[in-house]
This record gives sequence, structure tokens and C-alpha cells, in this order.
Amino acid sequence: ASTLVLAEHAEGAIADSTLSVVSAAKAIGGDVTVLVAGADAAKIAEQAAKIDGVSSVLAAGDAAYDHGIAENITALLQSVQDSKSFSHILFAASNDGKNIMPRLGAKLDVQPVSDILEVLGEDTFKRPMYAGNAIATVKSSDSVKLASVRITNFDKAAAEGGSASVEEVSGPGDAGKTTWVADEVAKSDRPELTTADKIVSGGRGLKNGENFEMLYTLADKLGGGAVGASRAAVDAGYVPNELQIGQTGKIVAPGLYIAVGISGAIQHLAGMKDAKTIVCINKDPEAPIFQVSDIGLEADLFKAVPEMIEKL
Amino acid sequence: MKVFVAVKRTLDYAVKVRVKADKSAVDLANVKMSMNPFCEIACEEAVRLKEKKVAKEVIAVTVGPKAAQETLRTALAMGADRGIHVVTDMRHDTELQPLAVAKVLQALGAKESPDMYILGKQSIDGDNNQTGQMLAGLMDAPIAAFASEVSVDGDKVHVTREIDGGLQKIDLGLPAVVTADLRLNEPRYATLPNIMKAKKKKIEEIKAEDLGLSLEPHVQYTSVEDPPVRQAGIKVESVDEVISKLKETGVL
Repeated sequence: ASTLVLAEHAEGAIADSTLSVVSAAKAIGGDVTVLVAGADAAKIAEQAAKIDGVSSVLAAGDAAYDHGIAENITALLQSVQDSKSFSHILFAASNDGKNIMPRLGAKLDVQPVSDILEVLGEDTFKRPMYAGNAIATVKSSDSVKLASVRITNFDKAAAEGGSASVEEVSGPGDAGKTTWVADEVAKSDRPELTTADKIVSGGRGLKNGENFEMLYTLADKLGGGAVGASRAAVDAGYVPNELQIGQTGKIVAPGLYIAVGISGAIQHLAGMKDAKTIVCINKDPEAPIFQVSDIGLEADLFKAVPEMIEKL
Repeated sequence: MKVFVAVKRTLDYAVKVRVKADKSAVDLANVKMSMNPFCEIACEEAVRLKEKKVAKEVIAVTVGPKAAQETLRTALAMGADRGIHVVTDMRHDTELQPLAVAKVLQALGAKESPDMYILGKQSIDGDNNQTGQMLAGLMDAPIAAFASEVSVDGDKVHVTREIDGGLQKIDLGLPAVVTADLRLNEPRYATLPNIMKAKKKKIEEIKAEDLGLSLEPHVQYTSVEDPPVRQAGIKVESVDEVISKLKETGVL
């Protein structure tokens, strides 16, 4: 096998998600090539070349590949694939990966495999369906295999230790179909939800957006955790959607997950049940969240959370 | 302008998913089926474009079994003008795959020439999150996946879309494909008078095999199993106990 990994990067640094995708590529076996695209590609390619297990890096230094515009990046991938003929092309199952991979699939007449959890062989993978309530084993009969990788299911490859060669590549550039206007990305010192080691998450039990403040305080007391929310809290307008954890939001796998005032709907559990330790605070003893929690506290969150903040 | 909205009949989102004992598939016999929630959002957005007089005609399209006609009727009751039903008995969570559906939508689009295609970002059965992006790829059209705000201004579509860590604003030319994310809108319930009216709206039925496309799956589902069960832990009585347990296990 020879696998191409589309790198993700932000602010001049390779993203952790890429390290997990490299691990998935290593599990397939054979050579691993990483493609870095964007105005800063040359600089980021140097970082990619150091990732353990990467044999070569392709750098496409063109601003047309910034901002994840699917038409532009797909055309680049297609031209790289035309000349290098990889057996596999892997993406992170992030919003960018989900946006780009299917378009490339359409161009190559390939049916991609979404959200792989495990590599069972060169053509066989495990993937979730029905919000993680069913796990399918799938076998691709396409000559090129495209897959997106659920990053929390793969350990990160070591960021140092490799010494891959770097080659410059170019593609058609801007397809001129989409005009990028602006990104509104919340700047924060907190870790990203998908990579955070500790997460405090709130549900409808919080009653309003202001009450989420105490979850931020609790996250600080834990030593800089991230704050998330259930879909119910997002739907109720308490917090923006980027905080949503669940099948329709982010999939997380932290060391510690504290669910506050979250009942534990199936769609939420699908997004957090891979956390190492789950704690829940809920006043309803019947809430399904208790069934997946390592430590369950049946209590009024408005008393328990401030007490926890005080005692930590 | 003319808007295509794709809708899919799926297991109802509130139904408990059961895997068959022989691990061949999810059991869909005698369970409640509904319109996929993200398709409802897509349909609502299309109808709103009509109410804003941006869209002249909204055409709801589905690919699925005979019974999927109910889903098209729901779309018509929400306000779509007419329906196209591509009939196939392929199993819609495993055999009928996004690439095939995208090819069907492209073929229908070639006949009807819509300016905009609105789809849900994913269906809650297959969870592939691919069909809209693939349709755009086949058509070589621009894509705005995971839209949370859409407005049309002449021949430009302004979209705010969900990206990792925030939002992105982009402008697309027409024809364009948009996939609906959760926050795009809150779908309406079809009222009884509208459900009655929808019965009179036209649905064109096409057999999938008559389209002359290969819809064969490229990916075989060799087994479908229950996810690993997570064991429930302990219940504690106080915050102190929570903290001491976390310290005991080395989490804190």
C-alpha cells in the first residue's frame, strides 16, 4: 500500500489530527506521504517531515488552498493522485475532511468510507452507523480507497523522529467557484474540544447560557479543560453549536469528562462514550447518563458545581 | 429560481436501534420511519426561499422504496411544489450508497436544471455525510457544506457555514449545492390543511433502473454489530467522594 494523508494545519502549525491520521495510515501499511497545502505549506511541510513514520511530504504553497475551499483542494488532490497513484487517501473526519473527501470520491468514481474506527486490512475497516449504535465492518472494492479517520480512535504518531523528504507540488489553484469572505474562529487559550484531556460539559439542566460560566470556572480548576455542551443545550440557544458534543457535533475522547445536567441522549453518548473516565452530576437518578458514568453523583448541579469549584 | 431539495426516509430519530442477531444489518422491520431530521431542515430552507420569493419552484426528490412516497408527501405538506420519486428496493442504510444517490440527483438535475440543490448534511442511518459534496463534485459546482445561514442575492449565494472551531462565510455562484446543518432553521410541522393539499400535488415516479446508471454499491457491509457496552460505575453521595475517587484513580 501507499497512502496519502491530507494534512490539517492552523496558524502555521501542523494539527494534532494529522498525527492520528498518520497512525491510521501506518496501520494500513506501506509508505505514508503527507500533503500540506496552503500559503504556509513550505514551513509546515518541515514539521510534517519530522512525524514518525512519514516517508515523504508534498508541499503545495498556494493561498488558494487556505480556508479549506473544497473545489480548490480537491483539484489539487486529483492532480497529485494522477501523477502518484496512491492506493489509499486518508482524511481527518473533521468538517474540512468531510467537506473535501466526498468531492474527490465523486471525481475518482470512488465510494469513500466515512469515520473509520479501526483498520482491519488494506480494504477492510470498521465504521459507526446510526449515531454509533451500530458498528459496521465494511470492505471497499474501489481501486483507490478513500477514508476519513475518527481521530479519537487512533493514537497520535510521534511529532518528532522522522526525516522525510519534501517535494514541492502544484495544482490548478483557484477554481474561481467560491469566494472566501471571512472565518470567525473563536480565539481561546483553552484546548480544542477534540484534543482536550479534560472536558466539562453542560446540558439543558444548566437552564441558561450565563450558568455555563461556572463550567468554565470548573474547567480552569481542573487545570485548563475545555467546555462542551449537549445538543439540547445548543438547541435551547444557551451556547453556540461549536460546543456541541455528540453524533451531530464533535466526537471527543478525553481522559476526564464531567457531564453536568446532561440526561445522556443516545446522540450525546455517541460523541463522548470513549472518554476514559466519565463523571456525571444530575438530579434525576433515572437519567441514562448514569449508565455510562464511572462516577455518578445524584445532586442539584447548582449546589454541587460551586462546591466542587471551592474544593478543588 | 428553481430549487431541488433531497429528502430521505430513515429510521425515526427517537427509535432505539436494534442490530439483528445474525449481525447482518440493523433491524428495520416494523419500526417507525420518518424524514431524516437534516432533510427536514433542508426542506424548510427551500420552502423559506419560496416564501421570500427567491425561489419560484421547490421540487422535492427522494430515492428509496415505495414507502418513501410518505416522506415526499411530508415535504409537499411542508410547502414543496412537486415531487420526484426514484424507486429502488436497495437497502438505504447499506446498499444504496452516497455515490449512487449523487448520480441519481445529477441525472434528475440535468433534466430539470435547478439553480440550487439543498440537502441535509447527513442521514442518521448511514451517517456518511457525503451525498451533497459528491453531487457538487459530479456537477463541478461549488459546495457550501454544513450551512447555518443562507441568503441569495441575484446570482450569488451567501452562506455561513460551520467549520472546526467556528464559522466561515463564503459566496458561491449558481448552480450551487448547499448542505444543511443543525442551526440553519427550525423546521415547521405540516398542518392538517397543508397535508390535505399535499395529497393533490404531483409526484413523478421513476424506476431507478430506467435512469441507466450503475447504482451498485462499491463498499460491502460484511457485518453490523452492537457497539461495545460501557459498564456503569459507582454512584456516590457527595462532591467530596467524587474528588477523592478521581484522586484515587489518578485522574486528578
